[in-house]
Amino acid sequence: MRDLFARRALFLSALLSSVGVLLIAWFVLVEGWPALPALLGRVWSPEDGRFGILPMLAGSAAVTLGALLVAVPAGLGMALYLTEVAPPWLARLVRPLLQALAGVPSVVYGFVGMSLLVPAIRSGLGGPGFSVLAGALVLAVMILPTVAAVAEDALRALPLAYREGAAALGATPWQVVRRVLLPAARGGLVTAVVLGMGRALGETMAVLMVTGNVAVPPRSPLDPARTLTGNIAMEIGYATGPHREALFATGALLLALVLLVNHLARRLAR
Amino acid sequence: MTLLKAILTALALVVAGLLAGLLAVLILRGAPDLTLEFLLGLPARAGREGGIRSVLAATAWLSGGAMAIALPLGLGTALYLQEYAQPGRAVAALRALIEALAGVPSIIFGLFGFALFVVRLGWGWSLLSGSATLALMLLPMIIRTSEEALAAVPAAQREAAAALGATRWQAIVRVLVRSAAPGILTGAILALGRALGETAALLLTAGSDLAMPTSPLDPGRTMAVHLYILATEGLSDGRAYATALALVLVVLLVNLSANLLLKRRAGS
Repeated sequence: MRDLFARRALFLSALLSSVGVLLIAWFVLVEGWPALPALLGRVWSPEDGRFGILPMLAGSAAVTLGALLVAVPAGLGMALYLTEVAPPWLARLVRPLLQALAGVPSVVYGFVGMSLLVPAIRSGLGGPGFSVLAGALVLAVMILPTVAAVAEDALRALPLAYREGAAALGATPWQVVRRVLLPAARGGLVTAVVLGMGRALGETMAVLMVTGNVAVPPRSPLDPARTLTGNIAMEIGYATGPHREALFATGALLLALVLLVNHLARRLAR
Repeated sequence: MTLLKAILTALALVVAGLLAGLLAVLILRGAPDLTLEFLLGLPARAGREGGIRSVLAATAWLSGGAMAIALPLGLGTALYLQEYAQPGRAVAALRALIEALAGVPSIIFGLFGFALFVVRLGWGWSLLSGSATLALMLLPMIIRTSEEALAAVPAAQREAAAALGATRWQAIVRVLVRSAAPGILTGAILALGRALGETAALLLTAGSDLAMPTSPLDPGRTMAVHLYILATEGLSDGRAYATALALVLVVLLVNLSANLLLKRRAGS
């Protein structure tokens, strides 16, 4: 009797946990549905009833690509360092550092970014400082641990014989990495990049605090930009009517994008 | 030493330096203001003066509330998937949905919690709305770590319990959950670390009121949200740094204790 009850209760909690994502998608989509066609425009100006999402798509794309440009080589390098270069005891020391970096709340990255990085960019490179560049750099630090950890798993899964075989053929360490390890681990490495991209697209606070949030497509890395996530966070507090619907529609689009990217990462991992 | 090794070593130093630099800046600028009066005092003038007592209270209530919802639900789900579910398409679908939940950006959780809890259910910006939203965010992490812990329990223990005439439920409660407890706890602590730093979703569901919360339907401002508001509204640089330092120290301490627990289990 009690067994049957327990079984039902556990099944119910499993059901509840798994409908969560469906509920989220449903609510965001229903609330944003009427505004979806309005997103097609090129100008975001809620006062005039114009809800074009193009500037934010451009902002998210610029910041995400910029972050990947830094985090992918750095993350791959860290993974290579941990698997191929560092002696095991040192790798055991460095890995928790990466984990700690991943654990720092995003609002802290945003805060340090806006109080140190933004003024540095303003005085060193010009422009307002709040920029695509600042967003990309802060994001790069945030996704670096993800990229490094997934890439490390991929490299570690390669048999030792690959390295020994290549070395026995007289390959230099660089040749071993370039011609043997990277191609052999390609699937896992691509997964690392795509996962990092998913995280970068969905990140809100850090980016919000350093990119300046101007709803105009950026033309240079020193221009300010507004991302899809930032758009929602900036305006949902006071938006009403069609404006609020447009923000939910932005959310629906963002959710679809991120789920697609994550799905892709899982497909590639298999 | 080849050039490649030198480059990779330099990179590792830079990454280690990033963390050290981050901590150094927070300590240098935040430590002078991080006093006992700051931690225990009530905020005044929108946070320009006074301390963060109400902020700490709201943070504790929100993360505690989220854990109180997510832990039983997540453990229940893990038990169902590990012990009861027959492998098949239905279970694969459940798992895929839970995995998808793990990838949802926090601002989307915020939008959802705002639409459902704050507006539709009429809970308003409150600790209750925030906890429920946060619980949903933590679920996938708790489910995954609990499942791993349960899967690591040797089959012999299940068989021994059955051989002694234990019912399935008795075996689960007295044997399985007990021997998987350290792993489940590790997952819960890691989830707590994430809850403490969450900002975007709570900004949309728990509000940012600075008053001391006295009921689950009161709004509350967490440390992370407080830091965001102090920083972006330029209210007080010193207090922003002190809040950031306190937040980072708490999160690192929580994550460190999860890691130590994990190591001790692996060692024993």
